[in-house]
Amino acid sequence: MSTAFRTQVVAVVDRDLRRERRRGDVLWVTIPFGAMALFLFPLAIGTDSALLQRIGPGLYWVTVMLFGVLISVGRASVETQAQRDAASLLGLDPAAGYVGRSISAAGLLIIFEVILGVVAIVLYGFDLIGIPWLIATLFIVAIGLGLLGSLAASLVGSSSSGSALVPLLVAPLAVPLLLGATQAYEGLRLGDSILPWMLLMAAVVLVAAIAGVLTARPLQES
Amino acid sequence: MPAATVIELSDIGVTAGTTPILRGIDLEVVGGEIVGLFGANGAGKTTLLRLIATLIRPAAGTGIVLGADLSGDDRYDIRNRIGMIGHVPGLYPELTLGENLRFAASVAGVPADAVETSLEAVGLLGAIDRQAGASSHGMQRRAEFARELMIERDLLLLDEPHSALDKDAVELVNGLVGKIAANGGAAILVSHDRDRVVAIADRSVELAGGSLR
Repeated sequence: MSTAFRTQVVAVVDRDLRRERRRGDVLWVTIPFGAMALFLFPLAIGTDSALLQRIGPGLYWVTVMLFGVLISVGRASVETQAQRDAASLLGLDPAAGYVGRSISAAGLLIIFEVILGVVAIVLYGFDLIGIPWLIATLFIVAIGLGLLGSLAASLVGSSSSGSALVPLLVAPLAVPLLLGATQAYEGLRLGDSILPWMLLMAAVVLVAAIAGVLTARPLQES
Repeated sequence: MPAATVIELSDIGVTAGTTPILRGIDLEVVGGEIVGLFGANGAGKTTLLRLIATLIRPAAGTGIVLGADLSGDDRYDIRNRIGMIGHVPGLYPELTLGENLRFAASVAGVPADAVETSLEAVGLLGAIDRQAGASSHGMQRRAEFARELMIERDLLLLDEPHSALDKDAVELVNGLVGKIAANGGAAILVSHDRDRVVAIADRSVELAGGSLR
């Protein structure tokens, strides 16, 4: 990775995080709604604590996926055509833009996951087992969702119908992450090997990263 | 020695889906030239600017800008030599004017201290910490001109360059355009304010119905 590429990635991450800090979409909208969703599940299925403890991790990951898609997509869709043109004419490498947007989305997703994780533990009372693996899962899912959201946003471009399409595009692509995250927790709980599930998630991350970098330039033109 | 050709468009066509936006465009602009581009709303002026800026590909014809083929991959290499200010600001409204320029400087590989120098040149140093979204349209345009001052451009494309600007800022814009032309670059100014553009342009072209005349 060249210095210029790295400098551009850092500039994009810095820009996106500053914009998010001022907009507050994740902090003031997505996190409270995600927490509300976690709060509503027990109201819908009853307060059987054993049941909640059993299905809590799954509900947590479903919530992370659905709201996480909105976070990762939101990063990419807040850019106007004029802003994209200006960035292109600064010489911004489309691949650096993709990587930078994905990293900033992943950073926000990790904050989202941690806060929702605390809420889920309080509400559902499930055990924290295999903490290093859980932390690794949080990171892999955040990076995967960040990459997939940025890729999907690039795919559909800036059309008004596009911003509605992106979450629909990302959600199915994120299914392996959901499956991997829930099954990894289940494996830890039962003492089974979780390596296949970690590898599945890592593969999604790898494929999304390669696809995003390789298609960044043609997608910018389309 | 004859001036180098900066823009050379030959029988260029651009479509949006199946709708033709530009057709049969022939245009040559040489270094040192300032060209006024006029036309009614919807004539295709902005599309022509974006095409010359290498941001869209031609559907027909051939185009060379700063030595790069508009249909080839080498056009990516010349993008940071082209400055474009559209009628919609390209700044990030959540960022301050200073942060916007610092982002531009980082991406373009310009030293960070150029930010303050260029903001001072457009009279905005005192507003460096003001959010772009909370700044007037005129201030945002000044900040965009500061960005163009900061990065050395060989081709400047300006859409309504004088709109929302006071007299001092208009002189500043004209000075920037003149400087680029004096250094062997070129500028195209799109405007409805014909008199102001004609006063600084070497020649003018008219775009009507997607064709130049």
